[in-house]
Amino acid sequence: MSIELKNVTYTYSPGTSYQIHALKDINLEIPDGQFIGVIGHTGSGKSTLIQHFNALIQPTSGTVSYNGEDVWAEKYDRRKLRSEVGLVFQYPEHQLFESDVLSDVCFGPMNQGMTREQAEEEARKALHHVGFKEENFDKSPFELSGGQKKRVAIAGVLAMNPKILILDEPTAGLDPKGRDEILDQIAELHKVRGITIVLVSHSMEDVAKYAERLIVVNHGQIAFDDTPKKVFAHYKEMEPMGLAAPQITYIMHALKEKGLNVDPSDTTVEEAKQDILNALRKMNSPLLKGGAQND
Amino acid sequence: MGIIKAVKLAFDYLKYDEDGNVQETQRAVDGVDIDIKEGQFVAILGHNGSGKSTFAKHINALLLPSDGTIWIDGINTSEEPELWKVRQKAGMVFQNPDNQIIGTVVEEDVGFGPENMGVPTEDIWKRVNESLEKTGMTAYRHHSPNKLSGGQKQRVAIAGVMAMRPKCIVLDEPTAMLDPNGRKEVLAAVHQLNKQENVTVVLITHYMEEVIDADHVIVMDGGHVVMEGTPREIFSQVETLKKYRLDVPQVTLLAHELKQSGVDIPDGILTTEELVNALCQ
Repeated sequence: MSIELKNVTYTYSPGTSYQIHALKDINLEIPDGQFIGVIGHTGSGKSTLIQHFNALIQPTSGTVSYNGEDVWAEKYDRRKLRSEVGLVFQYPEHQLFESDVLSDVCFGPMNQGMTREQAEEEARKALHHVGFKEENFDKSPFELSGGQKKRVAIAGVLAMNPKILILDEPTAGLDPKGRDEILDQIAELHKVRGITIVLVSHSMEDVAKYAERLIVVNHGQIAFDDTPKKVFAHYKEMEPMGLAAPQITYIMHALKEKGLNVDPSDTTVEEAKQDILNALRKMNSPLLKGGAQND
Repeated sequence: MGIIKAVKLAFDYLKYDEDGNVQETQRAVDGVDIDIKEGQFVAILGHNGSGKSTFAKHINALLLPSDGTIWIDGINTSEEPELWKVRQKAGMVFQNPDNQIIGTVVEEDVGFGPENMGVPTEDIWKRVNESLEKTGMTAYRHHSPNKLSGGQKQRVAIAGVMAMRPKCIVLDEPTAMLDPNGRKEVLAAVHQLNKQENVTVVLITHYMEEVIDADHVIVMDGGHVVMEGTPREIFSQVETLKKYRLDVPQVTLLAHELKQSGVDIPDGILTTEELVNALCQ
């Protein structure tokens, strides 16, 4: 079970003077069960790339296959593909349109052919999974706060029971707590339901914390594809691409340079904390003995 | 009196039933007292729904107070019949650059504001040139805005506001949709305007790292101002901020956690350099 892109090239407005090669010769495999982060500056081609995953865009050349079948073959059921590979757009709240939350979430599964009762059951499960409170099920989606709208939109895709969930910057504009809650819930879905997650993000801290594999898109090509730690080791090459490493990585490099024996590849606060504590203990640092010896 | 002064400011969102009667009122801003001095760089933090955007919309009279008063450069917005006067003093930049750019060429977009104000053509061009210069966008003046990166689009939006020569600029999450480079570009442009042109800046953001260079930080919750102080004073209170659904920069959090584990370092560390100096003496 996987999505596979072979030599995928996508050109906007081919043959005109506005021709832009958004993707160039991409080769990529998305096997089942991974939590993948995708980063790249605005205009790098990452949104074009993810829209190939559920056949919203047909490659100009190359093939996209799902479970070994070419999704652009003549009789391929792309409708079914799109219910298995769910996509939550950058402004999930723009995807809401029904008069109440529950009906909105029911729309997808009913479109798949479920009865209202079956759909409601799926909708309730999905809303529960994204931490949306039962007491608000009857509310109009337009009365909700930004964070709640995003949850409803994600639930709407989740209710179709996708095997792969692609999220294009689901947390833009959310407060820090709301961001953590949504990402924790996505991580939980990954763990409990075994859903493959593709998370497009501008937050290096978030992909470092959640993703097991990180794909860096630059100028329509894949610049790096590895574990976040290994990718962020290239932070100096990533800066000209409009990207950066998490702040922690910079701190650890600076500490290492000043002679503290820490691992510069740390990307999360937790790792960094343990690492610094160990280093201070090993050198028997006066900072650990409290108060007096400050120099 | 500062350039932005609010006294007991309150705002109610009203919900109407089908007959047009008020069905529900929701108080989004509740008794806010704020005094911002000319030339200050002020950051407002608060979770979604804390009232910060509602407050910000009072600064250029997009909303008028339900109760209390706000003065912008001495003008009481509730009593001013010509609200465009307020809007010339305080310009606003929003989250999504694509929603606020209307011109087909960068320089035309920047000229829209002053043209709308009836500024003579020669002056418009002068202002457009200046504004593009100040935001570092001169090289793109003949470009189509939709071919620019997010950070560049936001700088065009800021240039468009600057062309109206406001005394104050309010930015409501201007970097929420940008990549790290875009965020840096926009922040640098805003700081430069603040320092060189003495424009008062009110920055609303969810990125805690963007706040550390502000002169003053205001934290809102439930429509109230709940914390105020310098970035260092605010970010020293990690637990209180968490209670308000906020965060601290990663470096501050790391320093805080190290301190909790018994490492002797000061509170409220804001930069990598400070942490490195505290740990490697």
